[in-house]
Amino acid sequence: MSLWKIAWRSIQQRSLSSLMTGLSMALGVALVVAVLVVLGVVKDSFTQNAEGYNIIVGPKGGSLELVLNTVYHLGRPQSTLPWSYYEEFTEGKFAPSVELAIPYCLGDNYEGYRVVATTSDLFDKSEYRAGQKYTFAAGHNFADEAFYEAVIGATVARNTGLRVGDTFEPTHGLSAGEMGHKHDPFRVVGVLDPTGTPNDRALFISVEGFFLLEGHSLDKPSDVGTSNDMAASAAADEHDDEHDHAHEDGHDHDAEHDHEHADDHDHDDHAHEGHDDEVHDEHEHDEAVETTAAPAAANSSTGEDAADEHREDEHDERDHAEDGHDHDEHAHDEHDDHDHDAHDHDAHDHDEHDHGHGHDHHHEPLPKELREVTAILVRTDLTGGLTIPKVLQRDPRAMAVYPVQEINTLFEGLVGNLKLLLVGLAVLVVVVAGVGIMVSIYNTMNDRRRDIAVMRALGAGRQTVMFVILFESLLLSLVGGVAGLLIGHGLVALLNPLIVAQTGVSIGFFQFQIVELALIPGLIVLATAAGIVPALAAYRTDVSKALGDAP
Amino acid sequence: MLKLSDVEKSFTEPDGTPLPVLRVSNFSLGEAEQAVLLGESGSGKTTLLHVIAGITRPDRGSVEVDGRDITQMPESVCDRYRAAKIGYVFQTFNLLPGFSALENVLLGMTFGQGGADPARARELLGRVGLGKRLTHKPGALSVGEQQRVAVARALANRPKLLLADEPTANVDRGNQQHIIDLVRDQCRAEGVALLIVTHAIEVANQFDRVEHLAEFNQAGQPQAG
Repeated sequence: MSLWKIAWRSIQQRSLSSLMTGLSMALGVALVVAVLVVLGVVKDSFTQNAEGYNIIVGPKGGSLELVLNTVYHLGRPQSTLPWSYYEEFTEGKFAPSVELAIPYCLGDNYEGYRVVATTSDLFDKSEYRAGQKYTFAAGHNFADEAFYEAVIGATVARNTGLRVGDTFEPTHGLSAGEMGHKHDPFRVVGVLDPTGTPNDRALFISVEGFFLLEGHSLDKPSDVGTSNDMAASAAADEHDDEHDHAHEDGHDHDAEHDHEHADDHDHDDHAHEGHDDEVHDEHEHDEAVETTAAPAAANSSTGEDAADEHREDEHDERDHAEDGHDHDEHAHDEHDDHDHDAHDHDAHDHDEHDHGHGHDHHHEPLPKELREVTAILVRTDLTGGLTIPKVLQRDPRAMAVYPVQEINTLFEGLVGNLKLLLVGLAVLVVVVAGVGIMVSIYNTMNDRRRDIAVMRALGAGRQTVMFVILFESLLLSLVGGVAGLLIGHGLVALLNPLIVAQTGVSIGFFQFQIVELALIPGLIVLATAAGIVPALAAYRTDVSKALGDAP
Repeated sequence: MLKLSDVEKSFTEPDGTPLPVLRVSNFSLGEAEQAVLLGESGSGKTTLLHVIAGITRPDRGSVEVDGRDITQMPESVCDRYRAAKIGYVFQTFNLLPGFSALENVLLGMTFGQGGADPARARELLGRVGLGKRLTHKPGALSVGEQQRVAVARALANRPKLLLADEPTANVDRGNQQHIIDLVRDQCRAEGVALLIVTHAIEVANQFDRVEHLAEFNQAGQPQAG
């Protein structure tokens, strides 16, 4: 008969007391497990959300802000980068080290959910977690050449009721409360399976369509007033001097309006209040950070000469836009899906084509020099991961950040102390449970003194009876601990629907944290400490006295 | 098998004065010999058995069991020696209440050199008439059955010496003789020396060798010289 069995029999003999002390240990451990699992999974989830790429490139500024508004769709991007930066990663100097580069253009929302303009590569080539590619619950990825297609996240689909085939109009601004003007409609072609990432709560549209929306190009003919306003205002917050410069560069909105709408476009018939010069100033300053895909003209990608180049571009583009307005020359069949009712076409003569967009929706890609990008998600090889951020350190406008590093810093900074506090409290509960075990066993020592003496008389050494008591403490702790593990994970699994609803993070029963492994040695140490006092009492038992011999 | 020489043991009174309880100049028991020590309550019977078992250390003298003086052994060695060489039947049986009859016998084996031997434990319990009550816990056994379990446990490690402290004191008259017969028979069967201490004359009368504790325990008597 092993000492473990002797200890277990002793526990069974005092079943109620053992049950209570074991239960207190179980509850303490369950609390620790719940805290560890929830915080661990949340952290893992936060970190994993930034997997699939190792670098985020964006305008110089707060690196954490860049990560938050790119990965988590939180906060507001402060500025933009010229499209040429994106091209550096796809075909420029960084391209050899880059495996994947995905542009992110922000500026719109739909019912409060952020609208992200990007390329189809996001879903075709990237992973939302290591080894986990995006899959579609319905439909398919949007095609880059189909400008007005969209893919939506699972949460968006559930909460807005949007389905494949439905259309939605992104609203200008990054959150629901901003009540910006509505854009042209996009048709949902795909609904993502849940990913447990912030992307469940976003809508993704083709970046090509995004650029054709009002206010999203640097200087698009029909949006002249707006786009230039936004271009200037996008930089206004941080680059007042550049902002002034941009206006000095001839943003004569009246003139541009006249120029732009020479072909009978009546702005009164559009919902283009924002184009009103009286609103311009407000637009400049209040919406500056809302629409960040449109840069200040002065913030050109190519340095100090950029402004002059852009001025030339503006004119070229206007010409181009006017040409593009000849809808007869375009095949518009592919746009039959556009929501025509969303626009007032009374003032337009679109009889010859069934085009739904009242203003200039050129179904040609916006020229690259008019494009801006909010951020670029980049997956590099090892060399690129080391060199690109260093190279960009010297760049006057752009920076590269390691998202995982930023998130870890954020997590340790914000949640680290909270985690420490919660785990500390939970560990305290376990320690109290350990004290309970000690008291429970110690209180029985008087009753058990005779049993111990009998074992000694039968030949058990002092160490043997001491170990029996220690094993008893260990068994109570470990059985309670294992029960606590099960209860903790069961509790978390039980609360999973609530956690998913609140955080988007799903936690399963079998989602263990590595740190839980520390519970076993921790419990052994605690049990030993709890058992040592009664074990020493057993060790010191006077056999003769306990057997009723000595006075 | 057993030899006591000049063994003395005193306890200390609460006021600090020594209370001599045992002074045995010479006592021996041969292999497989069976003897009774007859004595009144408080005559030091249990203390003598504890000293022989190595549970209590004498203040002086030697106690040889199977050729080795256990008073010279370190405590841990003495514990192991006791488990291997000495069986002990208590007056109050002292079965562990959380263990079944079988487990109580196995418990005695656990601390011995051979380890637990369930087959021998079953055989012993069968020999004492408890073959069908192996899994019963002490609370579910009669007093006589409990004492039989205690006898089986004492013999479990094939000891050289069995000490029995008032083995019939807590059993009814009908069971007394049965217990005595059982102990003697089993000791004979195993070749074990038996030393019973009792105050019961009817028990003592069954043995060829009866020692009166008062005659050789000089504690409490005026010391010579």
